[in-house]
Amino acid sequence: MNLAQLEKKLIAAARANPPGEHVPYAFEKRILARLAACPRLDHWELWGRALWRAAAPCMAIMLVLGAWSWFGPHPHTPASDLSQQLEQTLLAAVDQDQPTDPAE
Amino acid sequence: MERTEAEMIAAVLKGDAASFEPLVQKYSPRLFATARRYARYESEVEDIVQQVWLKAFERLSSFRGDAPFEHWLMRVAIRTCYDSLRGHHRSREKTFSELTEPEEDWLERFVSQPDGADENAQAARQLVERVLEQLSPPARLIITLQEIEGRSVKEVSKLTGWSVPLVKVRAFRARAEMRKVLSKIGKEKYL
Repeated sequence: MNLAQLEKKLIAAARANPPGEHVPYAFEKRILARLAACPRLDHWELWGRALWRAAAPCMAIMLVLGAWSWFGPHPHTPASDLSQQLEQTLLAAVDQDQPTDPAE
Repeated sequence: MERTEAEMIAAVLKGDAASFEPLVQKYSPRLFATARRYARYESEVEDIVQQVWLKAFERLSSFRGDAPFEHWLMRVAIRTCYDSLRGHHRSREKTFSELTEPEEDWLERFVSQPDGADENAQAARQLVERVLEQLSPPARLIITLQEIEGRSVKEVSKLTGWSVPLVKVRAFRARAEMRKVLSKIGKEKYL
């Protein structure tokens, strides 16, 4: 059997008989109904919705923290003042370099 | 005044899903013909085309409009058909001893007188369908697009999303696979 010729014949048979373009009745109506049943995902809309949802908790946290910093305790003792602690730490090396006893 | 496709697509993207209907009406015949090339049964065809339209609707925002809508839609269709082929490609190892009588007659005629076997015969159509079913999904896709539909390597590359060298390699393998399937017919029937 000549396989190359058989291949050509079969390909020619497939070419000579293209499939039909028949569309089932009311197909487009069914597609539109499916599309209406599952609305299209809009990523920007989802992102916007998530932002709006996050806005209320963020506002609440902001108000709580604001109230706490305004009405909360204000310790001003030198030991608990962060800026002074930082200054002491940074200047500790300089203090050590300088002689403590001027007579030496 | 009739709206252009670009206007319809813009309307769909703005949320007017009804503007999608004329597009579905216009291109469904072409999609059904394409799906019929790859589906095993007629019942599968409608599912495939439905999937194509749902994907097209979901991904419509990725259509940039620099090429005709039809080309973009056909890319979606070919990729959906390929996914369907891969999904259904279980072991299809069948023998050609199951050939019907008209198919066997057609083969007999071909063996005795190759030029006398009619390409338009129903048996030839069934036989080619049987051969295509035995091929792997990439081989079937390539043979259909290149050999049967007569598309160029570049066109196949655009439709499938495969690179040009990959299409060439797969086309080479597909032809080898087809020859192997055909030689199986020869061995089973005439040796």
